[in-house]
Amino acid sequence: MMKNAAFIFSDEFLRYHFHEEHPFNQKRIQLTKELLEHTQALNSEDIVPPRMATDEELSLFHDVAYVDAVKRASNGKLQEDEGAEYGLGTEDTPIFEGMHEASSLLVGGSLTAVDEVLNGRANHALNLGGGLHHGFKRKASGFCIYNDGAIAIKYIREHYNLRVLYVDTDAHHGDGVQWAFYDDPNVCTFSIHETGRYLFPGTGNVNERGIKKGHGYSFNLPIDAFTQDDSFLETYESALRSITHFFKPDIIVTQNGADAHTFDPLTHLCSSMKIYERIPELAHELAHEYCDGRWIATGGGGYDIWRVVPRAWAQIWNIMKSDTIATGILPRTWLEKWQPKSPIKLPQHWHDTKDAFPNIPRKAEIEEKNKKLLTHLLKYTRVQSQ
Amino acid sequence: MLVEEIMKTEVITLPPTATIAEALQLLQDNKIRHIPIVNDDYHVIGIVSDRDVRDASPSILLDVSDNQELENEIQTIMSSPVITIHPLDFVEEIARVFYDKEIASLPVVSNNKLVGIVTEKDMLYTLIQLTGTHVQSSLIEVKVPDVPGNIPKVTEIFGKRKVNIASVLVYPYKKDPKFKILVFRIQTMNPNPIIQDLREAGYQLMWPNNIPEPKV
Repeated sequence: MMKNAAFIFSDEFLRYHFHEEHPFNQKRIQLTKELLEHTQALNSEDIVPPRMATDEELSLFHDVAYVDAVKRASNGKLQEDEGAEYGLGTEDTPIFEGMHEASSLLVGGSLTAVDEVLNGRANHALNLGGGLHHGFKRKASGFCIYNDGAIAIKYIREHYNLRVLYVDTDAHHGDGVQWAFYDDPNVCTFSIHETGRYLFPGTGNVNERGIKKGHGYSFNLPIDAFTQDDSFLETYESALRSITHFFKPDIIVTQNGADAHTFDPLTHLCSSMKIYERIPELAHELAHEYCDGRWIATGGGGYDIWRVVPRAWAQIWNIMKSDTIATGILPRTWLEKWQPKSPIKLPQHWHDTKDAFPNIPRKAEIEEKNKKLLTHLLKYTRVQSQ
Repeated sequence: MLVEEIMKTEVITLPPTATIAEALQLLQDNKIRHIPIVNDDYHVIGIVSDRDVRDASPSILLDVSDNQELENEIQTIMSSPVITIHPLDFVEEIARVFYDKEIASLPVVSNNKLVGIVTEKDMLYTLIQLTGTHVQSSLIEVKVPDVPGNIPKVTEIFGKRKVNIASVLVYPYKKDPKFKILVFRIQTMNPNPIIQDLREAGYQLMWPNNIPEPKV
């Protein structure tokens, strides 16, 4: 019988680890999984172990020479000057032992998620190990080595020939995936993110629309620094509904980075947990409306691993499995286990208290600017759908 | 940066005796907007733009059988003399020419012969390169007193953190001429350690790193 949802997980996900001080920390997956177990939302029958991606699968998107360089780096056999060409050994993507295997497993996790859904074993699947959207064809960047999202979409195109809508709600522009399908009319990419004026990677302008046959199938909503819940959700929901209606996908792949929260140290967006309830709700609703339920979700950014990511990611699963968000107090057992290990006071509730709602100077201006961007973006969905 | 580094060297040209119809065809086929007119010695004796050609073409409202005007020689409508530039001119200098003369294309001439062409679009693209927005990067703006020695002090901080700088711009601080704004595009997704170092060194950062709330 078909399950509602599959949770792709292995402890081995935690081996994707640059070093102790690096902001990208996969412990957040473990924290999320345990939070769900402590609320009885997740049990062993839900969990599907990830497989390793093969070299052939990696080369659906990456250059063989790049994969080879990662393999050598993985064994400590890559010279420093060689690494620079591939973005390996930088501050953002330092070399670590076993990096090829650790990265291949994250990719394999997203491929396992695809297979669970497209072989009819589950309606939806969640791979929190994935979402590494800055990986390029032959370059590591922005904490990402292999781009599991781009590979999974290529895999869907090759093996199942479905039209894919990719939705990226990470606070950084989903550049790697966008460029991978920039000329492809069968893959529509939509990224909402903080404007690239200040934030990495700098791209993701509303006028990046795709090229050649893919023109009109790339959408970007670069919202202003310090955008809060209402403006985020108003623009996001309106854009996503219009784009989905325009493109009419067969399957939705979402990248659920959780770094647009006020507490996130790397970005300037100021949302609360509210957007992390609404984002999966919308994906779920639209997947059922347009795609017979087919929805793959991945993780992504998220650098407040204690206060933000576990709650945000747990809600994706809550929606996938039972179409309800969790509310009220967090399970005491989870708090008791993790509070002593956390350098910061853990939240007690699923929702945020008022410290997550700071005063924003120029709030009205920011909201007005975001509205203007939305109008700009919607223009394209209307022209195209006529 | 020199003009010879950004100019296109394969230039589409016409002789002065070519017809307006030929020019029209060439503009459409090559999706270009300007054609230098050269004589047998490859001297630039004129230039025509898509607008010149359009203005000289019969109105679509008139009887289509009257295409006489398209058979006129191109030299009857070309602009002349032509403003030209040299391969060793600076990109900054020609930006000034584009701005002052309100034109969109400049033939490059060396030893009296046409050797290349630079369009306004080529020049803007070069300026985009100079701003560094074409590489993955984060942006930090630092306000410093307008006195010698500040850039090395600030960039030393980037160097210590082993973060590569994609571009540096310096522009005046409008509200107070005693200060300048340094704009850095740096190749990292995590500028926090650098922002922290800059603050500790007493530098004043600009939006969005300058407000106490909500993210200190």
